[in-house]
Amino acid sequence: MIRFENVTKRYDGAREALSNVSIEVAAGELAFLTGRSGAGKSTVLKLVALIERPTRGQVIVDGRPLGKLGYHEIPAHRQQIGMVFQDNRLLNDRSAYENVALPLIISGIGEREIGRRTRAALDQVGLLDREKYPPRALSAGEQQRLAIARAIVSRPKVLIADEPTGNLDPDLSLEIMTLFRRLNEVGVTMLIASHDLQLVQKFGSRRIVLSGGQVSSSDTVDRAAGVGT
Amino acid sequence: MSTGIWLARHAQNMLGALGALSRNPVGTFLTVAVIGIALALPAALNVLVQTGKSAAGNWSDVRDFSVYMTPATPLVRAESLAGELRKRSGIDSVQLVTADAAVAELGKDPVFANALAALEGNPLPHTLVVRPAPEMDSEQLGKLSTELQKTPDVDLVKLDLQWAQRLNAGLDFLARLGWIAAVLLGAAVLVIVGNTIRLDIQTRTEEIEVAKLLGATDTFVRRPFLYLGLWYGLFGSLVAVLILAISLWVLGAPVARLAGLYGSSLELAGVGLGTLGAVLGGGLLAGWSGAWLAVSRHLSGLRPKD
Repeated sequence: MIRFENVTKRYDGAREALSNVSIEVAAGELAFLTGRSGAGKSTVLKLVALIERPTRGQVIVDGRPLGKLGYHEIPAHRQQIGMVFQDNRLLNDRSAYENVALPLIISGIGEREIGRRTRAALDQVGLLDREKYPPRALSAGEQQRLAIARAIVSRPKVLIADEPTGNLDPDLSLEIMTLFRRLNEVGVTMLIASHDLQLVQKFGSRRIVLSGGQVSSSDTVDRAAGVGT
Repeated sequence: MSTGIWLARHAQNMLGALGALSRNPVGTFLTVAVIGIALALPAALNVLVQTGKSAAGNWSDVRDFSVYMTPATPLVRAESLAGELRKRSGIDSVQLVTADAAVAELGKDPVFANALAALEGNPLPHTLVVRPAPEMDSEQLGKLSTELQKTPDVDLVKLDLQWAQRLNAGLDFLARLGWIAAVLLGAAVLVIVGNTIRLDIQTRTEEIEVAKLLGATDTFVRRPFLYLGLWYGLFGSLVAVLILAISLWVLGAPVARLAGLYGSSLELAGVGLGTLGAVLGGGLLAGWSGAWLAVSRHLSGLRPKD
């Protein structure tokens, strides 16, 4: 589902953020990207979402080489991917409902369907009773669950998350990761960047360890997809 | 996306932009007022030119010219030439003054009456008084005069080009000044709207970035700002028309009085459909373009980096 073939990414005037990286995440798999700050985890996710383009090599998502996508094809690609950010990037001048509905509005879906799917997503993360609240009125854990609802509302095949538990205490982190596991069990392919090794180990999913922009190890067979290296 | 959803999205963006303007009434009023003043200036110059053209029509006799036939030209030939000229474009009217009528007119003056009595025959030729159409400029008048001068049986064409040239040069100058003002002030409106939208974009940067990350197209992001630009342009245009209408109303009576003192019935031209269309069209175009440029500039910074 997600494949990196000898991918190198160099930012202007800086060292290589990724150096000749080759990784593969199979359909339905839940994989964790781990490593210290600056290891290149966020860069991998940015390349998947086409926020950045590789300097060399090829990124393939759902069988489609992203290097061949023109600027005007990027929106359609991003609509196929659910994204959860470390700082959740929720819009505080809008209600929880409006935040979750945004990807559907962008996709040009009708109002009735938007209402149905948005409430279903809010229900899935346990926030249906908070739909009228602005994000700032929610707790940190609720905000992250809201961000997850926004990421899954379009029913993406792939979900990527960048340090989704970075700002949360251990209990809330576990709650969020359990939520990801639940979503993965219904077939969503997931690539989650996290520096919290202890938390990752609790889930027994495959870990892709990055160090200095290179894959230092990739272990553990994923339970859901049975894929590993 | 179905047509119904597409229309609904546009309606939401249009009304949303209107709502955004109403939430900041003071800022909106100031921006719209500046746009209105900028649009009103070239429109006022256009009205001045229209008034000048109207004045040229009122004083059209200063552009009349006389075509003297050679002596002894038969009346039939003079009538035939008058008929030909009446059919030409660029000529409003042709009046034939026969030699007999001219001598009779001259004879009314006692000074000339005695001199005419001493002559054996009528020395005066048939004359055609030609009134050119108002749209004829001095160059065209000059060409017509030269052409008539070469016509058989025409002895002399007398045209007071200096008057016509001065009047037309003045009107040409004003018209071009109007165009320059329209271009410069149109550009100013574009900058004003662009800058206002840029400030609005700055307050919504987070929203735009999130929308782009979630797969919004440039069109989706641009749309609400384009409607904002169109509203600014529309309201600015209406303010311009209002300024113009009030100015014309205030100046109308004094101009008529002044013209009356010179024996003219000159009146200021009103805000015609042409001016109204130009102000509205110009305002909407500048508003839309300003918004488009501002959003495009911002979006170019959100493109994926190689």
